[in-house]
Amino acid sequence: MVPDVKFDSYYGRQVVKPAPWEADIPAYIFLGGLAAGSGLLGAGAVARDLPTLRRNSRYAAIAAVAAGGLALVRDLGKPRRALNMMRTVKLTSPMSVGSWILSAFGAFAGLAVATEAGRHLVDDDSTLGRARRVADPVATVGSALFAPPLAAYTAVLLADTATPTWHESYRELPFVFVGSANAAAAGLALLTTPSSQTGPARKLAVIGAAVEMAALERMERAMGDVVAEPLHQGRPGSLLRASKILTLGGALGAAALGGNRSAAAVSGLALMAGSVCTRFGVFEAGIHSAKDPRYTVTPQRERLERRRSEGVTHDSITTGRQ
Amino acid sequence: MGFWHNQLTGPTDPARDAGWEDEQPRKGFFTDTSICIGCKACEVACKEWNALPQDGDLDLLGSSYDNTGSLGASTWRHVAFIEQSGDRIEEARESGRKLVDLGMPAIGAPVTPSGNGTDTAFATAQATAARELGTLPDFRWLMSSDVCKHCTHAACLDVCPTGALFRTEFGTVVVQDDVCNGCGYCVAACPFGVIERRDGDDTVKNVGVAQKCTLCYDRIGHDQTPACAQACPTTSIKFGDLDEMQAQAQERVAALHDNGFTEARVYGGNEHDGVGGTGSVFLLLDEPEVYGLPPDPVVTTADLPDMYRKAGMAAVAMLVMAAGAFVGGRK
Repeated sequence: MVPDVKFDSYYGRQVVKPAPWEADIPAYIFLGGLAAGSGLLGAGAVARDLPTLRRNSRYAAIAAVAAGGLALVRDLGKPRRALNMMRTVKLTSPMSVGSWILSAFGAFAGLAVATEAGRHLVDDDSTLGRARRVADPVATVGSALFAPPLAAYTAVLLADTATPTWHESYRELPFVFVGSANAAAAGLALLTTPSSQTGPARKLAVIGAAVEMAALERMERAMGDVVAEPLHQGRPGSLLRASKILTLGGALGAAALGGNRSAAAVSGLALMAGSVCTRFGVFEAGIHSAKDPRYTVTPQRERLERRRSEGVTHDSITTGRQ
Repeated sequence: MGFWHNQLTGPTDPARDAGWEDEQPRKGFFTDTSICIGCKACEVACKEWNALPQDGDLDLLGSSYDNTGSLGASTWRHVAFIEQSGDRIEEARESGRKLVDLGMPAIGAPVTPSGNGTDTAFATAQATAARELGTLPDFRWLMSSDVCKHCTHAACLDVCPTGALFRTEFGTVVVQDDVCNGCGYCVAACPFGVIERRDGDDTVKNVGVAQKCTLCYDRIGHDQTPACAQACPTTSIKFGDLDEMQAQAQERVAALHDNGFTEARVYGGNEHDGVGGTGSVFLLLDEPEVYGLPPDPVVTTADLPDMYRKAGMAAVAMLVMAAGAFVGGRK
């Protein structure tokens, strides 16, 4: 039996520090997901020969990845040193790994756009045209391969911190994020592409939304009451509730009324807004959990007392006399 | 796998893991808060030596004599002041005694739970007698100089994407000001809330860059004592080889317990703890959270392999979702 733990703090001040990140970071997480999902849609459109979906998804991917990259640079304390991210490859740093994933995806997405634009600018039989025809499938495959890591690593980025609500979400958050990425990209495709070519996007909207909602639900349950609290309260709580309504509504709209261009566009907007709300909700819940010492101290005190009641005492940072 | 495992969690020699061949004995602090008088000479000496700028506005924080608040980008030593009543002293004495009863090991190998040591009995008798005779003070002031823990498994260093943070030959963790691009990842990763990105306008040195205690890397390389330890008038802050610091902490806890002060306990320096042991050892007189320290910190990267595994599964799931959307059905 673990005794009830008493919460104590130093004048109510935070124990861990919140990340000094502004809205740029959740915005990037959304844009990175949007880019990744669009990369996959573009690749799928190549396979299924849906030219408008292909073109729009490719432009969406490069625009989102470029905007996201700019947001990342803007959030740095020393934006002029942004390229220092590339001076090492470090597996213990999800941000280092992510920088390389982002660069690789950006390169392939850029190539995809170049080959897309080249279709109308370059004669297919010229040297450039032949190069374009070689580069096109390379860009497609490259985008498709680097898209999933781009959407998933941002979950590790948040989880690999001492921020209580982020860290404790690490088992489910990647699934929330990839689902949200697919839903958002599908939403953008519904907005930009005529319904004759958005059949797969509509399906992806439904699958992505379903995965996101299921993973989010599971995450909130699995996390433990105290650490999950910031996900339900205040602004993050409102954002996540809005996310559920928008995502489910958007997915429903896409499935039922996706054939109608205007209804599809509204559904697409709802899906994208839902994804924005998910990212900002999770982000802000974590920042809140770091600022309040209760979320750091109480779970630690509980697990410490649990271990002690089980007779495990060798791994405590506090030690008594010999 | 063993090598990689030790890179993230458990006992290890961090300087050797970092590739140092001519490594020095691991250096550290022992901060004995039982003899701290709250003079803040450490804060001042640290600021002077490291040329740290002003930290925030000049404010009265309403927290006893602490108007510094916490460790941060421009505060690398922070003296905490806690005012406690007689009840709290009794509680602290009880929780410290319980650690002994639990068989909490001292630093090093675990010991078997016993709690029947004569010293403990003696200490308890002393404390009980003090309480009954009313000699337990009805007020006490806890003063404690906090500092970077220079963890064996330093989350700040592990998550740094640029390599700006590095492990020195002394086993300490230092930021290279000219490499850090201010991404802020280390700030969120530190389980002790130590490192911080410096705010301010362009006139402030190293603005936008993550900053923290270097254990006076520029001094100890020349056989000098870190500025805080040098300035401490009561020897509350001691500097030396880490194993010597741990031994001193043990001796001091034993001495205090012998005199009935069972509230004394050691914080940090246990290589089996969540960060693989700290390079800064503290003697505390109450639970760590009273001082604003985490009671059971675990380095976040200990879970990193599992995080990558989950993310990998999610990535595959994302690919499958997309494939599912494009396979079959009409266009």
